[in-house]
Amino acid sequence: MSENSSSGLAYWKANLKLVAVLLAIWAIVPFGLGILFRPLLSGISIGGTDLGFWIAQQGSIYVFLILIFYYAWRMNKLDREFDVHED
Amino acid sequence: MELQTLTYIVVGLTFSLYIGIAIWARAGSTGEFYAAGRGIHPVANGMATAADWMSAASFISMAGLIAFLGYDASIFLMGWTGGYVLLALMLAPYLRKFGKFTVPEFIGDRFYSQTARTVAVICLIVASLTYVIGQMKGIGVAFSRFLELDYATGLFSGMAIVFFYAVLGGMKGITYTQIAQYCVLILAYTIPAIFISLQLTGLPLPQFGMFSELSGDTVPLLTKLNTILTDLGFKEYTAQKTNTLNMMLYTLSLMIGTAGLPHVIIRFFTVPKVRDARLSAGWALVFIAILYTTAPAVGSMAFYNLSNTVQTGEVGVQANNLKYDDRPQWFKNWEVTGLLTFDDKNGDGRIQYYNDKSDTFANKATANGWEVKGSELKVDRDIMVLANPEIAQLPNWVIALVAAGGLAAALSTAAGLLMAISSAVSHDIIKSMINPDISEKNELLAARISMAGAIAIAGYFGLNPPGFAAQVVALAFGLAASSIFPALMMGIFNKRMNDAGAVAGMIVGLGVTLIYIFTYKGWLFIPGTNMLPNTPDNHLFGISPEAFGAVGAMLNFLVAWLVSKVTAAPPDHIQHLVEDVRVPRGAGAATGH
Repeated sequence: MSENSSSGLAYWKANLKLVAVLLAIWAIVPFGLGILFRPLLSGISIGGTDLGFWIAQQGSIYVFLILIFYYAWRMNKLDREFDVHED
Repeated sequence: MELQTLTYIVVGLTFSLYIGIAIWARAGSTGEFYAAGRGIHPVANGMATAADWMSAASFISMAGLIAFLGYDASIFLMGWTGGYVLLALMLAPYLRKFGKFTVPEFIGDRFYSQTARTVAVICLIVASLTYVIGQMKGIGVAFSRFLELDYATGLFSGMAIVFFYAVLGGMKGITYTQIAQYCVLILAYTIPAIFISLQLTGLPLPQFGMFSELSGDTVPLLTKLNTILTDLGFKEYTAQKTNTLNMMLYTLSLMIGTAGLPHVIIRFFTVPKVRDARLSAGWALVFIAILYTTAPAVGSMAFYNLSNTVQTGEVGVQANNLKYDDRPQWFKNWEVTGLLTFDDKNGDGRIQYYNDKSDTFANKATANGWEVKGSELKVDRDIMVLANPEIAQLPNWVIALVAAGGLAAALSTAAGLLMAISSAVSHDIIKSMINPDISEKNELLAARISMAGAIAIAGYFGLNPPGFAAQVVALAFGLAASSIFPALMMGIFNKRMNDAGAVAGMIVGLGVTLIYIFTYKGWLFIPGTNMLPNTPDNHLFGISPEAFGAVGAMLNFLVAWLVSKVTAAPPDHIQHLVEDVRVPRGAGAATGH
């Protein structure tokens, strides 16, 4: 299977789209909610502090985990859909 | 049983376990030595990666760093975990599909250029070697502190253990010992944390305890900490103290650097399939997250315990400071090590700890009719983890376990780094550049000799740490972020990227990052040769040298892209190689190397 075939190209494009969406979340959660826009979220309190603090010290790590496992699951499905899976 | 004896027993048991694994997991081929025969289950590899990644600094120093920096330390929590998303989505599966043994090998083949490979080898060796010095120091310190051996004896014992399983087993031996070391270090880290969380908040999970009310009180822990710190003249625990741009770039640099560190990347060469590489990155982060989500709780709770010990009532009233003669036993134990020092500046026999530079506490004291003459307690941040079991009055076996855990963290990371260095020497330098006709048997021998050599050099630097050892984090992450990560990523995602672009990008990214670091930290870290003082107001836009790797990476991308636009496209077989790397099928065929 080579990427020159139309199916190979479609597989790669689907992968890029998925990666782009997941990386957008990867960037927004820690950098956006955890740092840059933290002052805007300061009204939402959680366990003695604000949401931004929780995201910076706990939440973003959980989000990273979800992103990786979702990617692994989704890519395995894509591999089969485009018939590029292993064995 | 006495603590010392117990510590010897626990550390001795873990060491015998590592040696047992070394004998069982000997490497018989270069495939086993470099990539553990590509037969490691993704969950097992995740565990090994977590141990590989979490160093003496993660285990011993991070919680203390968080305790004293509060919110600002979030850069380490997010930065050192977020890199795994980049690894899983952008590097690990493709590099596994490529199916070779080292990171410079991919860069050299993909950019059909020995120059590119050489630049990558140099970056790898400098980054890994500076990093390993810190681990060697960690091993020496842990031995001397817990087992009361002298530093050199401790270092040699650690080297002997690593020598045994790394030289015999290569990646195979290292992988299985790292799995065992992960189990030791995570137990050692979480057991005291769970007990402290129970004592302070009544909740067993520190991740929840940190955000809940203190036992017998309606005030949440973090609110209480903010009050305590403000009273003592510090800024609030949860407040941001540094500039936002620097925080963001620092975090990004740590993420990109993590994804570009060769000793982490090569762990993903050991799994059987491309899909295992994706999944394994997730498992690695699960095992890392157990420690990384516990660390902020350990930091905040340990700091609370410490200030509560010293400050027995309302801040500012002299009688509310602990009498030095009444200090608890753990306080005395850690004074002996020099990590906790008390200097009764105002001669009242009581311990005052506060912010010298703020007037808040001093004014309060004056209002209460006594005079302050400077903060009297110096606390080394490492104590936040090391003294934790004693502060929580846990049994001696837990303290012994913490010693074994610290050693496991340092040993596992040292071994992974040594593996990256030795495979670069034997595979990229000896096999690729000096003697391409070397037989498999001789390459395996060369790999073992390189490993032994790398251990000896690391040991030498551990005994005679160069002055710049403390700066290594900036250097290692700066190198990985500004050169290795962009080259790998473009090699996979930009089919049109050619040799000229990649080499130009790496040299510019690396060069600018190094110049920026050296400008503030001295050329080659030689004290006094820095051109500007290393303070925030002298930094370009307030960006600290540690945070500059991300800027170097962006310059790398930009230069590489521009140069590749005006130079010839890569040859057809390289473009086919990229297409092939992008699809999972056929990865099994690559195992037979």
